[in-house]
Amino acid sequence: MRITCPNCGERDRREFYYQGDAVALSRPAPDAGLEAWDDYLHNRENPAGDTRDLWFHEAGCGAWVVVTRNTATHAVLDTALAERSPR
Amino acid sequence: MGYSGFRVIKEGLFGQKGWKPVWRDPAPKAAYDAVIIGGGGHGLSTAFYLAKEHGMTNIAVLEKGYIGGGNVGRNTTIVRANYFLPGNSEFYSHSLKMWETLEQELNYNVMHSQRGLINLFHSDSQRDAFARRGNAMINQGDDAILLDQDGVREYLPYLDFDNVRFPIYGGLYHPRGGTARHDAVAWGYARGADLRGVDIIQNCEVTGIDIEGGVVKGVQTTRGAIRAKKVGIVVAGRSSQVAAMAGMRLPIESHVLQAFVTEGLKPVIDHVVSFGMGHFYISQSDKGGLVFGGDIDFYASYAARGNLPMKEHVMDAAMTLMPMIGKAKVLRSWGGIMDMTPDGSPIIDKTPTEGLFIDCGWCYGGFKAVPGSGFSFAHLMATGQHHAPAAKFRLDRFRTGAGLMDEEGTGSQHNLH
Repeated sequence: MRITCPNCGERDRREFYYQGDAVALSRPAPDAGLEAWDDYLHNRENPAGDTRDLWFHEAGCGAWVVVTRNTATHAVLDTALAERSPR
Repeated sequence: MGYSGFRVIKEGLFGQKGWKPVWRDPAPKAAYDAVIIGGGGHGLSTAFYLAKEHGMTNIAVLEKGYIGGGNVGRNTTIVRANYFLPGNSEFYSHSLKMWETLEQELNYNVMHSQRGLINLFHSDSQRDAFARRGNAMINQGDDAILLDQDGVREYLPYLDFDNVRFPIYGGLYHPRGGTARHDAVAWGYARGADLRGVDIIQNCEVTGIDIEGGVVKGVQTTRGAIRAKKVGIVVAGRSSQVAAMAGMRLPIESHVLQAFVTEGLKPVIDHVVSFGMGHFYISQSDKGGLVFGGDIDFYASYAARGNLPMKEHVMDAAMTLMPMIGKAKVLRSWGGIMDMTPDGSPIIDKTPTEGLFIDCGWCYGGFKAVPGSGFSFAHLMATGQHHAPAAKFRLDRFRTGAGLMDEEGTGSQHNLH
């Protein structure tokens, strides 16, 4: 699997650290309540198909990248900088 | 159909022509007392114990593929009880005791081989951690022996003890640990359940769960609707999809775990051995293949095959630990879909829907749990009460933060297990 970093171009998967579902960009308010925080921290759609997840270009430019990816085929469909992605 | 030494000899003399299929291929009935979604190891053992322990014989196991085609046929076959934390410790201890009488229980040779498991350590601090783990195992009533380097050398003379980077200081020896023939476990439970009247229905995918007024009424399948008073979800890597049919979101991410096997070799590795400074564990199958694996690939995946970086890591670790392995040729590699929970421990619980139960989250350790999980889940489904050894495997521990079982001590977060 190779991932295209928006800054650096196509790179080996080994340069990236996997954070998980891009739900991490939608942090609830501190007082949002137990259910909202449980959903944010633990519960996942976990799709068998297209998913959006967060990868950190650890051994590259240091950018957080939102990767749209198919979990059934490992195809990388799209990448974007997390700082410019919709929350 | 009975099995005996006499029968094996007789069939051998007559060209093995007398063996018949050991479970029926029934069409689904319109209604059952209980339906198990998922005909893997855990689903089949659940059905077996529902029938045997609780007299529930009007039940069905629905499998979308074929028996033995999922993780129960993809794992590295290791059976052990070397867990540390309360919750896991008593559960795996119970499960290992069940393994020790499983062949008599099923009258089926699952080739359970208690050849001993040795987890190696490579530093003083790791020795301390393993000594503590060994004490926890002994306190649980299981067996553990802390070996120094000479002790390990006696069992595993082929290791690279004086490796410059990762010298071997010793190992934690768990004599009752070992392996079993994974397909035979699935077949043995399927046969045992079938003999007690359970319908095992293959090529039957569940497409919906019928719920009325908060009570489960049955399931929709590719082979028609089936009514059921109780429904158990035991579908490992597909847990999120099936739970979504009941409106649930689970604390699960599905990841790929790879495994490898070499060409058949003469007996060379007599135990189950794991490396302490990288993810690598190995044993030798009865056919002679070296069966080994490593860690998950660490990204969500349903592909049932992995990528090269983890293969490279596993091969690196193998060569570091036992350079002799470099002469063996890798025959195949494959992947399984692991239902990973944030704390790396499983879930056996009721759901918010009455009559709907779930058994999932076995992460990369489900095979050894097959007897215990089925026994405890059957107990929960039949009686409505949590079975003591599995009573801590609750779904709400993530929401409340109470009772998390983070065996690796890395944190209760999805990308850490």
